[in-house]
Amino acid sequence: MSARIVHIASNTFREAVRDRVLYNLIAFALLLSGAAIFIGQISIEIERLVVVNLGLTAVSLFGVVIAIFIGIGLVSKEIEKRTLYTVLSRPVRRWEFIVGKFFGLAGTLVVNTFFMAIGVFAALLYVAHKFSSSDAFILVALYFIVLEFLILCSLALLFSSFSSPLLSAVFTFALFIIGSFADDLRGFAAMTHGIARWFATAAAYLVPNFSALNVISAVAHQQSVGGQVVLQNSLYALFYSAMVLSGAVLIFERRNLK
Amino acid sequence: MPAIEILGLEKIYKVGFWRKQTRRALHPLHLTVENGEIFGFLGPNGAGKTTTLKMLMGLVFPTAGTARILDRDWTEPEVKAQIGFLPEQPYFYDYLTAHELLDYYGQLSGVPAKDRKRRIDEVLARVGLTDVRGVQLRKFSKGMLQRAGIAQAILHDPKLVFFDEPMSGLDPLGRREVRDLMEQLKHEGKTVFFSTHILSDAEALCDRVAIIHKGELRGVGAVADLTSSVQGKVEVVWQGTQVPASMKALGAECHITGDTVRAVIADTQQDAAIDALRRERLRLIAITPLRTSLEAYFVEKLQHSQTTAGTTV
Repeated sequence: MSARIVHIASNTFREAVRDRVLYNLIAFALLLSGAAIFIGQISIEIERLVVVNLGLTAVSLFGVVIAIFIGIGLVSKEIEKRTLYTVLSRPVRRWEFIVGKFFGLAGTLVVNTFFMAIGVFAALLYVAHKFSSSDAFILVALYFIVLEFLILCSLALLFSSFSSPLLSAVFTFALFIIGSFADDLRGFAAMTHGIARWFATAAAYLVPNFSALNVISAVAHQQSVGGQVVLQNSLYALFYSAMVLSGAVLIFERRNLK
Repeated sequence: MPAIEILGLEKIYKVGFWRKQTRRALHPLHLTVENGEIFGFLGPNGAGKTTTLKMLMGLVFPTAGTARILDRDWTEPEVKAQIGFLPEQPYFYDYLTAHELLDYYGQLSGVPAKDRKRRIDEVLARVGLTDVRGVQLRKFSKGMLQRAGIAQAILHDPKLVFFDEPMSGLDPLGRREVRDLMEQLKHEGKTVFFSTHILSDAEALCDRVAIIHKGELRGVGAVADLTSSVQGKVEVVWQGTQVPASMKALGAECHITGDTVRAVIADTQQDAAIDALRRERLRLIAITPLRTSLEAYFVEKLQHSQTTAGTTV
C-alpha cells in the first residue's frame, strides 16, 4: 500500500478521535452495564440471550451511525472547507485520497468495535458468570458487523464524492434499510413475473445484502455459523466494497474542485 | 528552460440545471514564466486568476490546452513534489497543531522522516510561528493561518511556488514579511508565481507581470517596461517653503510639503529650472522623469478591454 494512503488514513483516524467520535463508547458502556445489571436482577434464564442480542445490535447501530455520519462528510467537507486543495496539490493521486479516507474511517470503526466487543463480553460474563464454547461465535457476528461497516463506509464515500452531506446521508441510510431486507427483496423478486421479475431481481442483487451479514439472532441462540458462510460473506463484502469504492474513485477523478 | 509554459489553457463551465448553458472562465491562455523570477498574475476579482492556478494544480480540469511545469507535463504527480501552493484564504485541518499539520504535509510530499523535523522547525521560524507550534489551528487568527499556509507551501523546499493572493488577511507588517520572504525565495533561486489584485505589491516585487481581465490576458511584460513610458515631464524637488517667480514662469505645478517643494514641469524646461533654483540659492534634492505607474497601466488595460467589449456589442 502506498505510504500516502497510510498517512491519509492515519489523519482521518486522528480527526475522528479529536472530534470525540469515540465518546460514543461511553454511551455504549452505560447502556450495556445498565442492561446487564437490570437483566441480572430479573434472572429468568434468558440473560445470555438478551445480553448478546442487545449488545451486538448496539454495536451494529452505533457503528452504522458513525459510518454514515462521518462517511458522508469525508470528501464533501474537504471540498467545502478547501482543505483538499493543499492535499491534491502535492504528489497525491485522487484515488489514493479516496482509498486513504476509506481505510481511515474503516480503522476508526474497527477500533470502536474492538472496545465495544470487550464491553459485550464483560456484560456476558457479568450475567452468565462464565463463558461457553458457543460464545466464540459472537466473534464471528462481530466480524460480520465489521464487514457491514466496510460496505457502508464505501457507500457513504461514493455518495460523498458527488452529492451534498444531507443527500449522501439519505441515500446511504436508505440503502442500509433496504439492504437489511435484501433476503425479503430476493424472495419478492422470485414471486414476480415478466419484466417486473427482471427489475426486482436486478434491484435485489444490486443493493447490499446486509441481511446475510446479520447473524446476531443465531449467535444469541447459541447456533453455530459455518466456515463456508464466513468465506462467502467475506468475499461478498470485500468485492462489494471494492466495486463501490471504484465507483467513488471514477467519479472523484473527473470532478472539478471549484 | 522556462519554469511554467501555459499552452492555450482554456476553461468553459457548463451551468444551469440542465447544464446546457456555458460560462467561459478563461479564454485560451498562453504564458511563459522563466526560472528564478517573481511573476505577478494581476487582475480584478473574478478575472480568472484562481481558475488558472487551480488548473495548474490539477484541481480543475481545462476544457482545452495544456501546460508544462519545470519542463515536464503538468499532470505528472512527480511534478507536484517540486512545487508549493498556497490557496486563497487557506483553511486547514483545524484539529491539528501547526507542527502536526506540517508533519502531515511533509509526509504527503515525501520529505524523509529524518529531514522532516528540521525542515518544520526551519519554516515555522521563517514564518514566525515557532512559539505557537503546539497550538491547534482552530485557535489561529486569519493572519496566523496565512502564515501556516505559506509554511506548508515552502516546507518541502520546492523549486516553484504558487501563491494565490498571499497578502490577503495580513496586516501591513505581515505583508512586508511576506514580501521579504518572496524576495528571499527568489534569491534562493526559486520561481515565485503569485496572483494579486494589490498593485503596489506587484510593483515592488515582480520581475514580470501579466494582466488578466474577464478571463483574457490583456498584457504581459517586465514591470520596468510597462511603466517606462515617459510622459514628457519631470518632477523637480528642492528644499524650501516658497516657489520662486522664475519657477512659476516655467509653468510648474507646485506642491509644498513641510520644507520641501515638488514641481512638475515639461522635460524641455529642466535646464531652465536648475538655473532658476541656482540663482535663488535653493538646494536641489532630486529631478526624476515621471513614468506611468503600474496602476495607471493596469487601469488603462482594463478600460481598453471594457471599451472594446462595448464597441463589439
